Amino acid sequence: MTTTTAHVPKVYTDADQLSDPVHHRAPLVLGGLSFADVTNKVASVVEKPVSRTWWLFFLFSLSLLSIYGISVAWLVWNGTGVWGLTNPVYWGWAIVNFVFWVGIGHAGTLISAILFLFRQKWRTGINRAAEAMTLFAVACALSFPTIHVGRIWLLYYVAPLPNQMNIWPNFRSPLLWDVFAVSIYGSVSLLFWYTGLIPDLATMRDRARTKWRRLLYGGFALGWRGSSRHWHNYEVAYLILAGISTPLVLSVHTIVSFDFAVSQLPGWHTTIFPPYFVAGAVFSGFGMVVTLMVPSRLIFDLKELITIRHLENMCKIILLTGSMVGYAYAMEFFIAWYGQNPYESFAFVNRAFGQYAWAYWIMISCNVISPQLFWFKKVRTTPWIMWIISIFVNIGMWFERFVITVTSLANDFLPSSWDYYSPTMWDVGCLIGSFGLFFTLYSLFVRFLPQVAIAEVKAVMEEADPHFEGYSAAEGH
Amino acid sequence: MATRRLYGLLAEFDNPAELYHACEQVRDAGYRDWDSFSPFPVHGIEKAMGFSWSFIPWVAAAFGFTGAAGGFALQAWVATTAYPLVISAKPLLSWQAFIPVTFEVGILSTAIGTLLSMLIFNGLPRLHHPLFGSERFEKASDDKFFVAIEAKDGKFELEGTRAFLEGLGAAHVEVVED
Repeated sequence: MTTTTAHVPKVYTDADQLSDPVHHRAPLVLGGLSFADVTNKVASVVEKPVSRTWWLFFLFSLSLLSIYGISVAWLVWNGTGVWGLTNPVYWGWAIVNFVFWVGIGHAGTLISAILFLFRQKWRTGINRAAEAMTLFAVACALSFPTIHVGRIWLLYYVAPLPNQMNIWPNFRSPLLWDVFAVSIYGSVSLLFWYTGLIPDLATMRDRARTKWRRLLYGGFALGWRGSSRHWHNYEVAYLILAGISTPLVLSVHTIVSFDFAVSQLPGWHTTIFPPYFVAGAVFSGFGMVVTLMVPSRLIFDLKELITIRHLENMCKIILLTGSMVGYAYAMEFFIAWYGQNPYESFAFVNRAFGQYAWAYWIMISCNVISPQLFWFKKVRTTPWIMWIISIFVNIGMWFERFVITVTSLANDFLPSSWDYYSPTMWDVGCLIGSFGLFFTLYSLFVRFLPQVAIAEVKAVMEEADPHFEGYSAAEGH
Repeated sequence: MATRRLYGLLAEFDNPAELYHACEQVRDAGYRDWDSFSPFPVHGIEKAMGFSWSFIPWVAAAFGFTGAAGGFALQAWVATTAYPLVISAKPLLSWQAFIPVTFEVGILSTAIGTLLSMLIFNGLPRLHHPLFGSERFEKASDDKFFVAIEAKDGKFELEGTRAFLEGLGAAHVEVVED
């Protein structure tokens, strides 16, 4: 029997990825890593002692989270009057923050589901972290409708539960659709994420050297052992989950937009809202993924797995969706003029030149102008520049929701009821605090779970193909 | 401690190509109670092993349609029977408004059905498996590839099967006990 000589992997670098996409497929793993190297690289992040950087970030996040705790406690104790809500603006930062976070929560499932169906193999480097980010963003999002009811112990009113008052929720209301859409989106994203985690939890279990690690990772790995018969069912299940998550992710922000579009307020009552909201959600979600990935690939030394090419692809999606958002802004103005409805025309002129013009122009510069810089390859491939732009995208998308929500409410049909809405410190506390919740959950995730999908990355390496030419050469066929 | 029962033989391979060829030959040799193991799904391995079909899509579809029907029925019952309210002068059974929730509940049910059936058809979760007794098998989730032939297979005989597996180019063959 011949012993086959080990295949020596080719060492790819950034240059291989960025040159000539036509004649060869860009490699997805750089630095000549073997399967074992990939496992080590990702798993050792979780196994090494905690770094000082991580502690600093975690404590910082935790202190923001405590701001959230205090703000919510104050809100629940006193009622929603502690916020800046006032006649006629009864939808303030709570819904702005809610839509902002739900939007961010769209990138993960887009990457894991839609890019999977389109066979975009580069998704494997970033899908785990992006899906985790999605879950945490949805958690932040769900917290706002929960607290905005004020008397949160009555939240069960939204659930179709038999109760002593014999009343039932109104299923004709988009707000109730939203309850179902967002909570189901969160649940299905969790199932999808967990399904993807099972093989990697098994890897963590097999590497575990302490009893607790073995028990915990082993428990959640459910006894996974990499059987090909299991993998077959697993891949079928993964494909189905991707297939159903694709319409789901598109439906969620569509339904969020119905909260506005089904009402009859000028500036809200438009049919462009569903596609425009979905594009904006993907835009902001990828913005947040870039914000998180650029530092974490450096801190955790994952540059060979989350490569410049991955970042560049995300920048292209930001450019595409940012342009769609810009188009939607323009089209809203066109329809306001073309529709010849005086209230509608006023609403849009008022957005751009009225009392909230400052917010409108922040939104335009962040969402429409800044992503256009991604036309330049230099910008798309320089991490610190794209990181700054991604921050602008996050800011711009928050302001988009602010502009939509507040301008239409503050200046409605009746000029005598107009007012200027300003937040209080408790509004600010809730927004800053929700970032604390998000970053706390994210830092716990990178600490305890493999942040790159180990099994999926291996499966897209060229050595994973049983017909890979390196093997037949080594065997001397 | 009870006497240990023979589970089967475990052969280790270095790369997916070797695993693939080994599987083809185990399949052709007529073994039935056997399996292969890899840290990631090896493309086309089901062909090399001689199976191709999964029942999961049917279960998922059954869950999905049942869930969607249930979601619609709940809304229709609430709107017409449990708490009939006329809203915006619409008929009580204004079914168009019930589509979003019907759709979402259908998706949730499909997802649950998919994950549950994947686990059940794979015999998971389970706390222990004889193969976990093998130290080398820990690499099955890292960078090694394995074929296990179970002792309960009609064609299994300790020495003959061991020689067969070694002949396939296995880097290592070991006996696994339960």
